[in-house]
Amino acid sequence: MAKQVKNLDSKKISSDLFSLTYGSLVFQLIKDYENPEDVNKQLERIGYNIGLRLIEDFLAKTNTPRCFDFKDVADKIQSAFRMYLGITPSITNWSQGNDEFSLILDANPLAEFIELPDHLVNLRYSNILPGIIRGSLEMVQIEAKAWFMQDYLKGDATTELRIKFVKKLEDVMPQGED
Amino acid sequence: MIDEVLLDLLHIELVNTLVTPSSNKSELNVTELENVGHSTGYRLIERITKDSHRFKDELDIMKFICKDFWSVIFKKQIDNLRTNHQGIYVLLDHRFRFISNISSSKQFIELMPKYLAFSCGLIRGALGNLGFNAIVTGEVVKPPSCRFQVQINKT
Repeated sequence: MAKQVKNLDSKKISSDLFSLTYGSLVFQLIKDYENPEDVNKQLERIGYNIGLRLIEDFLAKTNTPRCFDFKDVADKIQSAFRMYLGITPSITNWSQGNDEFSLILDANPLAEFIELPDHLVNLRYSNILPGIIRGSLEMVQIEAKAWFMQDYLKGDATTELRIKFVKKLEDVMPQGED
Repeated sequence: MIDEVLLDLLHIELVNTLVTPSSNKSELNVTELENVGHSTGYRLIERITKDSHRFKDELDIMKFICKDFWSVIFKKQIDNLRTNHQGIYVLLDHRFRFISNISSSKQFIELMPKYLAFSCGLIRGALGNLGFNAIVTGEVVKPPSCRFQVQINKT
């Protein structure tokens, strides 16, 4: 077990490297697109593409069985945050039908060095995260929506990521597979 | 700490998003990707050299890039560093991570150069912050082995 932990650690990189790379990407997109709304869309799309692949890695590493309900999904997302970003967001604000919840991020490794200037108030800087969640859930046949309710960068008290269950994607399954 | 898988996937998306066909169809325009690497390297080296001693000379800096800087990014050092002592350095990485998952069959070799641009930018940015104006080019030798050539311009 001890050896395994060490092995896992050697797969870690400094969060500086990741957040600086991400920051440079956002900066380049702002130069290319100018309109913050377009940048938000691009970041979400990039996150979605990452999510499509990241879920494979998550399933392979954790041996996760099928989720029973959306609460189960929420727990898995929480543990994915811990695994990949080294933070543990808290799960709160469940809706009445248990199909919508919030993740509160106490720290956001992506935005460690970031302050938003006034002309970019509409930029959702960390919009890659909801994209990743949407992409990875889609690969396990869950259509979900994810968006930022609050963002520390915009002067809110915390960073709140809202995730909503839309529907189970059964029709898109290829024939002959369970 | 962050899982390196995330960086690998982000890098794939950087390549997919920022590399565009240039006017000359056979070549790709990697300038933007290189610039993203540059600004990342420029900032990153500042974080890494925070507690390091003052560098003796140019060679000392190149050794730092090959060992410490490379380790922070790729969890390994450059395997071989050669120089002509006149401002040209050749860095050899026998297992370059960003192409280590790409099949080495002939069909994909053409696609590989665009996976080096970001890292060329990283080196150029790091050197830039340390006061050297450099030209960095990369080429795939025999996948996943890569060679980066650094030419330092004396001004």
